[in-house]
Amino acid sequence: MTDHPAAPILVLLEATPDGELATSAAGLVAAASGIGAPVALVVAAPGRAQSLAEQAAALGAERVLAAETTSAQSELTVPHVDALAAAAKLIAPEAVLVSNSIDGRDIAGRFAARTGAPIAVDAVGVSRDDEGVLAHHSVHGGAYNVVSAATFGPLVVTVRQGAIDARAEARPVATESLEVPASGAASATIESVEPVTETSSRPELRGAKRVVSGGRGLGSAEKFALVEELADALGAAVGASRAAVDAGYIQANHQVGQTGVSVSPQLYVALGISGAIQHKAGMQTAKNIVAVNKDPDAPIFEVADFGVVGDVFAVVPQLISALAERKR
Amino acid sequence: MKIIVLVKEVPDTYGERKLDLETGLADRAASEPVLDEIGERALEVALAHADAHADTEVVVMSMAPESAATTIRKGLAMGAGSAVHIADPGLAAADLGLTARTLAAAIRRTGFDLVITGNLSTDGSGGVIPAMLAELLEVPNATALTSVEITDGSVSGTRDVDGGTMRVSAPLPAVVSITEALPDARFPNFKGIMAAKKKPFETVSAADLGIEPEDLSAAWSIMTAIAEKPPRTAGTKITDEGDGGTRIAEFLIENRLV
Repeated sequence: MTDHPAAPILVLLEATPDGELATSAAGLVAAASGIGAPVALVVAAPGRAQSLAEQAAALGAERVLAAETTSAQSELTVPHVDALAAAAKLIAPEAVLVSNSIDGRDIAGRFAARTGAPIAVDAVGVSRDDEGVLAHHSVHGGAYNVVSAATFGPLVVTVRQGAIDARAEARPVATESLEVPASGAASATIESVEPVTETSSRPELRGAKRVVSGGRGLGSAEKFALVEELADALGAAVGASRAAVDAGYIQANHQVGQTGVSVSPQLYVALGISGAIQHKAGMQTAKNIVAVNKDPDAPIFEVADFGVVGDVFAVVPQLISALAERKR
Repeated sequence: MKIIVLVKEVPDTYGERKLDLETGLADRAASEPVLDEIGERALEVALAHADAHADTEVVVMSMAPESAATTIRKGLAMGAGSAVHIADPGLAAADLGLTARTLAAAIRRTGFDLVITGNLSTDGSGGVIPAMLAELLEVPNATALTSVEITDGSVSGTRDVDGGTMRVSAPLPAVVSITEALPDARFPNFKGIMAAKKKPFETVSAADLGIEPEDLSAAWSIMTAIAEKPPRTAGTKITDEGDGGTRIAEFLIENRLV
């Protein structure tokens, strides 16, 4: 195998509305470099691709294919699929890695359907054996580990955001312009995009190293501020149970669980969360779990490394001052 | 207008869910099967449109084992006009590609102006089927919608993407998927349950759709290994005696978590 150049792995890197690579990019390139030679594809408005290409090389892409088009701003999914199809035709990759983001899933799905390539979704890692590329999945809330592969041909893999901690070494920039014939496939029109103005300096929930979550036990939206206070003391992201979201304590994008965000942080602190299976499915792969709940029979204690049966409004302020004391 | 809503029978998330370690398939006997809630919300979008537009035909469609018929029938009790159940033992181990090809064939056969699905199923959480269907059906996809407006010739809505909120629209026919931001589904009432028994319920096989499940000339995604992770065990549990916060701080420091 050492006699051959490493197999090309095509990696689609998404860009944010303000022209930066998405945070998923570093993990995708690193995952690809672990199984072959990462070839990045960036799709951007004319004149904007070079900056993305430089960022991709800094993350470890050996080659960057740059597709410049105006249609990616006005048409949903299809321009990216056309670019991916052109790139795959050019380099004949052994695998195609795409972020398991909302847009990434659509692009990967349409690409797989168009080319007949098998697709493996929501992978937490990729590897290779003698027969080719393997995708690793963590399913049913981390209760099972599953490995999948293609019977033949390239495997399309969507990679869970925040799942790959590895980083590849930076490489010199090698950009090639990619000609993309339009497929003419019907697409939805993007009428407008409003970037979310993140008002908080807190880390993003997905991929966070520490998460503090609150549940119904907080009692009200006002009192939910205690969760945010502890999160700030720990430099953690803020999460919530579905019950807290349904009760209107916090916005739905903070929901951790089967139907929200799945997290796998170093530390997960559950405050006033009973720990329904629904919630545990989204957090039980955390390395360390701390729980505070006044109900001694709350299921959350079954998975907690350290549990305190008590009132969150007594325990948490004491914890916050103990942390502040230590920093002094 | 003809709206097809894809629904799915899934193991109830509020119970333990199991995979068979021999076959890698879902162990359907291990947990209570339910209609996936996100599919119910998708059906609610269609039914709400039908409430306001009498010429709307709503079809629920599912690819599932024969045993799922009762669950699918719930969609009829909620108000859908007819159901198509693709049941074929040959499809039991279908990967996403075969699933999408089979569903696309059934959707074409039924005919459609709009296909509505949930954005992610509760069990597989794949989320790629809507886009795959759009590609195979040669229509636009508008996924993960947090609001939906349907007119005679188009569908539009808002979607929360990473880093922003997007407004999209597409001419019909189209495939859309919706998120949990959309309203809860209505409950089937007694009248609905009685009426459901008389509604058309069609069961079709892969062969009826011209699908060859064992077609090895197509590339497949296969499961090569499966393992159950040992369940997490409980650690220390204390009752707060006025020092609970301090004890947590000590735990965090000992384990180098702060």
